[in-house]
Amino acid sequence: MNIIVCAKVIPASSVIIELDPAAKTMVRKGVPHELDPAAASALEEALRLTEKQGGTVTVLTMGIADAVIGIRSALAMGAHSAIHVLDDAVAGSDTLGTAKILAAVIKKENPDLVLCASESSDSYSGIVAGQLAWLLGIPALTFAKEIAVDGKKVTIKRQSLTGYDVCESELPALIAVASGINEPRYPQLKGIMAAKKKEIKKYTAADLGLGADQVGAAGAKEKVLSIGRPPARAAGKIVNDEGEGGKQIADFLAELKVI
Amino acid sequence: MDFNLTEEQQQIRDEVRKVCREFPDTYWREVDKQRGYPDAFVKKLTELGWLAALIPEEYGGSGLGITEGSIILAEINRSGGSATACHAQMYTMGTLLRHGSAEQKKRYLPKIATGELRLQAFGVTEPNAGSETTRIETTATKRGDKYVIKGEKIFISRAQESDLMLLLARTTPYDELKDKTRGLSVFIVDMRNAKGKLEIKPLDIMINHHTNALFFDGLEVPAENLIGEEGMGFRYIIDGWNAERILVAAEAIGDGRWFVERAANYAKERVVFDRPIGANQGIQFPIAQAYARIEAADLVRFQAATKFDRKERCGAEANMAKLLASEAAWEAANACLNTHGGYGFAAEYDVERKFRETRLLTIAPVSNNLVLAFLAQHVLGMPKSY
Repeated sequence: MNIIVCAKVIPASSVIIELDPAAKTMVRKGVPHELDPAAASALEEALRLTEKQGGTVTVLTMGIADAVIGIRSALAMGAHSAIHVLDDAVAGSDTLGTAKILAAVIKKENPDLVLCASESSDSYSGIVAGQLAWLLGIPALTFAKEIAVDGKKVTIKRQSLTGYDVCESELPALIAVASGINEPRYPQLKGIMAAKKKEIKKYTAADLGLGADQVGAAGAKEKVLSIGRPPARAAGKIVNDEGEGGKQIADFLAELKVI
Repeated sequence: MDFNLTEEQQQIRDEVRKVCREFPDTYWREVDKQRGYPDAFVKKLTELGWLAALIPEEYGGSGLGITEGSIILAEINRSGGSATACHAQMYTMGTLLRHGSAEQKKRYLPKIATGELRLQAFGVTEPNAGSETTRIETTATKRGDKYVIKGEKIFISRAQESDLMLLLARTTPYDELKDKTRGLSVFIVDMRNAKGKLEIKPLDIMINHHTNALFFDGLEVPAENLIGEEGMGFRYIIDGWNAERILVAAEAIGDGRWFVERAANYAKERVVFDRPIGANQGIQFPIAQAYARIEAADLVRFQAATKFDRKERCGAEANMAKLLASEAAWEAANACLNTHGGYGFAAEYDVERKFRETRLLTIAPVSNNLVLAFLAQHVLGMPKSY
């Protein structure tokens, strides 16, 4: 079974995100990057599946040159190869543009299964997985908290508000994993050394037959009208316990309909 | 001249950083409070192969250089942890690797690489021979196909967290030697089979360092466990000193970065007299000064490590790196403590723990005075001063 994992590489969790008010995006250049932990979970599932059933895992990333550090991380975890869509022409792509780029690569590779995060940990749009499945014409199984593959059939447990739904599909399919589906492994030092020798194939938008009218800032159908930081949190409420503290907290929570 | 880490070195640093995040301040604080051994941390590093970084690939390690080894250890200390708990598993095997027989290397190194065998104790120092290693008194007397060990060792770290120990012992009486640097030999001692003949007494010291006094009472070591030639042991251990000094320098750099980061953050956040205390030059200048000294020491550390990995002579650089880095870290520790004021003494801020830990590095594994003596005599050609 051959799996492609769509893996975003994002500013490292230690980075305080800066916003570019002119471009209305977050600043990505010049800050340390790492493999999105949400993507690492998708990769972990892919590695577990191929460790059990054989096959290969290819990591697919669209991102700036600095993204290579996260790609190497994915290879060190155990992915067999990687594809990096690296092209200034794709900068500023909206979610649909991103999905078109990923779909173009995936069509070339023709995998049995596509795995991705439900949403990235930096911009949290949560849209790309659905768009991608639609563009590929394959079923999308989302919010998977457990995955089992049996021959040409895949079954997932889909996280719901009250528990989970069991969903089945024929392969090929796309699965978006729920956050917390697993604890991604740390790369072993030997994995890091081996990753150096693994192939990272590079594509540009032109290689994929995509023009400026479809991808990049010019091709974006979404327009960001404004960007800003969330308002500062209001001061919390302090309960002074003079014998009635517990009740006051309970009343407060009841007022919020938490209890 | 390129002052940047390679992509692979950056990745090593970043991946170690990720692992260390799993072991936050609270973990190390509790280990320190209990005077415990950071088992979970060491287990994780072992499983991931970090402690086998320097073991050649043919023996199951990753065959990396001291530069990469130093990046790993620096990152552990920069995260707030303490690499001293396990750094020796990384480098003690160097003596075995350089001077052991093919059979010894084949027997031990693959198991050291997986962590199945822990070799992180080195019995050198004695109550009557501290820095003057050639005066050690513990004897190894050959009887048939065995050596019988008698004597005492002190400040032998991790003896209780190690399966094997390298031991330096006297095989020729001092008075019979023409060359006083001869007459000592290195042995691999399997401490798992030493009950009754080897007493290990933990020492209660200022830091949580798992160090011990060792008493040998006729412990028998198979003659096949002698490393290299009999009488050449002092030369063999000297060969390992440069590596150890570079790695310890890196740990000091890691400590220094931790102190500067904590101090600068606290100076920005702590408001007294209606402004952050970092707005006062009396607070910010010592932190900035410590930062500059750490960065300078780090350059010498990388110079030493690069020369070591190129197999060039690096005694001067390795010693200077250890001297400069340990002093810079100690300066940073003081700046950090001063910045925190009374809170610096509170265990929950972790400053006092790291403060105690980093102080050791000016004394061990070699006193900075002896580093100065080495530089004065062997680099600058001045008379021997001790």
